[in-house]
Amino acid sequence: MSQRQPAAAASDAPLFVDAPNGLLRFITCGSVDDGKSTLIGRLLYDSKLLLDDQVSALELASKRFGTTGEGNLDFALLVDGLQAEVEQGITIDVAYRFFATDKRKFIVADTPGHEQYTRNMVTGASTADLAVLLVDARQGVVTQTRRHAYIAALLGVRTVVMAVNKMDLVDYDEDVFRQIRADFAGLASLLNLAQTHAIPVSALKGDNISSQAPTMPWYTGPSLLEFLETAPQTQSDFTRQPFRFPVQWVNRPHLDFRGYSGCVASGQIAVGDAILALPSAKSSTVKRIVSFDGDMQRARAGQAVTLVLDDELDISRGDLLCAPKDRAEVSDQFMATLVWMDEKPLLPGRSYLMKLATKTLPTTVSSIKHAININSFEKTAAKTLTLNEIAEVNLSLETEIAFDAYEENHQTGGFILIDRMTNATVAAGMLSFALRRAQNLHRQALNISKPQRAEQKGQKPRVLWFTGLSGSGKSTVANLVEQKLFAEGHHCMILDGDNVRHGLNRDLGFTDADRVENIRRIAEVAKLMVEAGLIVLVSFISPFRSERRMARDLMEEGEFVEVFVDTPLEVCEQRDVKGLYAKARAGEIKNFTGIDSPYEAPQDAELHLKSAEASADALADKVLAYLAAQT
Amino acid sequence: MRNEADIHAVLADPIRRRVLEDLARNPGLTASDLGEPFEISKPALSRHLKILEESGLVEREIDRQFRRFRLSARAETLDWLADLRMQALAPLSHLDQLEAESIHTMREVVAEMSNPVMMYSIGKDSSVMLHLALKAFYPSKLPFPLLHIDTTWKFREMIAFRDQVAERYDLDLRIFTSPDGKAEGINPFDHGAHYTDVMKTAALKQALDHYGFDVAFGGARRDEEKSRAKERVLSFRSKGHVWNPKGQRPEIWNVFNTRVNKNETIRAFPLSNWTELDIWQYIVRENIPIVPLYFAARRPVVERDGALIMVDDERLPLEAGETPEQRWVRFRTLGCYPLTGAIESQADTLEGIVREMQVARTSERQGRLIDQDQSASMEKKKLEGYF
Repeated sequence: MSQRQPAAAASDAPLFVDAPNGLLRFITCGSVDDGKSTLIGRLLYDSKLLLDDQVSALELASKRFGTTGEGNLDFALLVDGLQAEVEQGITIDVAYRFFATDKRKFIVADTPGHEQYTRNMVTGASTADLAVLLVDARQGVVTQTRRHAYIAALLGVRTVVMAVNKMDLVDYDEDVFRQIRADFAGLASLLNLAQTHAIPVSALKGDNISSQAPTMPWYTGPSLLEFLETAPQTQSDFTRQPFRFPVQWVNRPHLDFRGYSGCVASGQIAVGDAILALPSAKSSTVKRIVSFDGDMQRARAGQAVTLVLDDELDISRGDLLCAPKDRAEVSDQFMATLVWMDEKPLLPGRSYLMKLATKTLPTTVSSIKHAININSFEKTAAKTLTLNEIAEVNLSLETEIAFDAYEENHQTGGFILIDRMTNATVAAGMLSFALRRAQNLHRQALNISKPQRAEQKGQKPRVLWFTGLSGSGKSTVANLVEQKLFAEGHHCMILDGDNVRHGLNRDLGFTDADRVENIRRIAEVAKLMVEAGLIVLVSFISPFRSERRMARDLMEEGEFVEVFVDTPLEVCEQRDVKGLYAKARAGEIKNFTGIDSPYEAPQDAELHLKSAEASADALADKVLAYLAAQT
Repeated sequence: MRNEADIHAVLADPIRRRVLEDLARNPGLTASDLGEPFEISKPALSRHLKILEESGLVEREIDRQFRRFRLSARAETLDWLADLRMQALAPLSHLDQLEAESIHTMREVVAEMSNPVMMYSIGKDSSVMLHLALKAFYPSKLPFPLLHIDTTWKFREMIAFRDQVAERYDLDLRIFTSPDGKAEGINPFDHGAHYTDVMKTAALKQALDHYGFDVAFGGARRDEEKSRAKERVLSFRSKGHVWNPKGQRPEIWNVFNTRVNKNETIRAFPLSNWTELDIWQYIVRENIPIVPLYFAARRPVVERDGALIMVDDERLPLEAGETPEQRWVRFRTLGCYPLTGAIESQADTLEGIVREMQVARTSERQGRLIDQDQSASMEKKKLEGYF
């Protein structure tokens, strides 16, 4: 054993050195034989954090399990934790390691390279400021490299550094490194990775790990450790974001104190600043920022504090306090990216629990837009998701929540899904944006279907759409039909033009545009009633073919029954029950159908009733006969 | 443009200072934004803004109908404003980050679980964990009791310290000793590994079951040994408190899933990401009281199997040829005194301990005899339900 660590720091070093660059969390990822564990072991060793008894244990273990040859320390053994893994010679789960230099403290998440362990890499990457992507200089960028880079990009890891390892096995050839670096640059631009860097190293030999290697004079950039010591933290980005504070715990020691405890997720807050509580949108100002060490004037991202507000608001755990001028969004429908982490597949429509920051509430995946192949980055159709698959989905919640897009704020946009039966964490998700409600009309019909409602009522839901001139007898016939259906035990509802214009459509006039809107609304209402299982009788002049077409298209096949009440204009004008034709003729009413506004007679109505040739009662029977024939 | 003396007069006013601070943090605020924190009239605020403009510290721009303000190049030269901006963007120190993370974990567990408890072993990690809990819930009292598993073989100074701390912070301290072990007189000399099983592992499980705690905070750190490095912050234990390392829940971001199945309990480790040096640096920074045994003093010890064992009371049977001698020693880790090795040290202050830590050549668990039985002994104990 020739290698010994350099002498430790002298005892006259400064007593309490708070590393000036704070804490950096990073993940290492690479394929099975790229040498991740060796790299981490080397970093621990080079940063002089290994203690005598650990080195002795390593020497013993290297002799027993080592794979790096006689007399070499097998650094991987420092990191490969559980006994079963040491014996199998592989790393199977996320392991956390710690080391420090005089500039910075580091927490390393060692994540495995096996295909089936995407889940572990997502876990490690979720808290990482930086990812070290290992490639074997002899292999270059391989499929697994692409997958690791993709996941790093997906989780928003701020900086990705590629360590081209095993340079000793390619004779420290600059061309090999340049080619791999170029491939990596292509990958980085494809994935929109913002901060990237490539470093040629040999973890086994220690080249370019903690200092520049004489073996590669052509590389003049920083060593891996130098790069890690100065790489920016994600936290500093979050400080620049708008203020967000998920309420974690209502602090109520006695009646005179009500504080909201939590961590500042992003931005800053000062005493006197206005805040807005979401989703309730109640506002107040910060009265005190309370901490065990005394009140503070201000707090910023990453600090755990207790806020006291000027007003007594009903704020509880799960609410989000934010800056009123730059508030979070509120919605109950989302587009999100999901990474599935459970053996049991995702089932769209099933209720899961979503935990976003400190809020937990039921959610369903209403649809899978597409899955993403993480090797080729291609979008593929998917009906379900299995372990380690990634997809873009639509999510539907029962109540509204406050959120930000994940790329803007990891803490208010990143969530987990929990299986309600097994309580397992089944997915990690990243919110992209809110969906407008209108795109999800059917969301309430998820549990009880239209056929179930119809069956309950023992009838086939339909719309009987009576169209015809004013005074043609539409309403008279429709009323009789309703009475007859009702007597037979059916559940009906009449939507009458005049009545609806007094309520829902009272803002509409008789211009062509308003007539179209009038029909659109009534068709939508009729559709809802059909959803509810009713037989709907619509009695509207509805003079335009295209609007009647639109109403027909809203319904399912066979649901829309167009009833043309065909009465000659002269007859209508002669009846003139409401005295409207006289007024229209006198010019007192504009845009009157049949006089100065057209009526487009149906060409393919299911029923054609000629009121001049039969009584209203006979016409109603004709309608009932038609309906009976159809069911 | 005013001279330096005038600038000081301009800055003497707290409202004007606050306006500058707000502009340093958020350039482009309007007059009404800037006036929000104060209860002053519009004309009064306008006067302050005018003074700041005339002093050359603030510039205004017209953006449609809004007047927006920002700091001038001259204001950028003011050190305290520059400091403020730097401070806002500089990373929190690593201790601040670790502290906030631990507090987050504790609050999350307390908010979501119904019957939490904090394991209190009286050691330095327990002292730090207790201190963090006091911070997490301040000004409320600790919303859970503390549980000490007393093997009856702890150092006397540990017990005295435990009782002092409980009194000082008015803590709900529960002390539990294995009734079987007590009845059978189980001791570390005659019963070896069986002693640990009965007095520690089984006693802990009995205590948790006895009180019906659904979650227990523990002070374990991932840097202590290999199996802990892979354990989650929330460690789920099935019936019998068994740990299943292959069935751990992924922990993503800082979003914890605390939902337990029937008969499941949780061990929560808020100090997971702390190292031994972090613990000591934090004890120094926060001035946290610790058991005096951590400080070097002349103590009676015997050398046994290469370890220095303190003769804490008359129950320690001396082997042939052993004579207690007074040596300057201290402890890096505390447990049952017959099983805890001391190290020779002169460090009788916190400063001395941290200096020693910075040049330490052995890991702290070397002093613990129970961990050295076999290479994966800790993993084995964890599987059985020991922390």
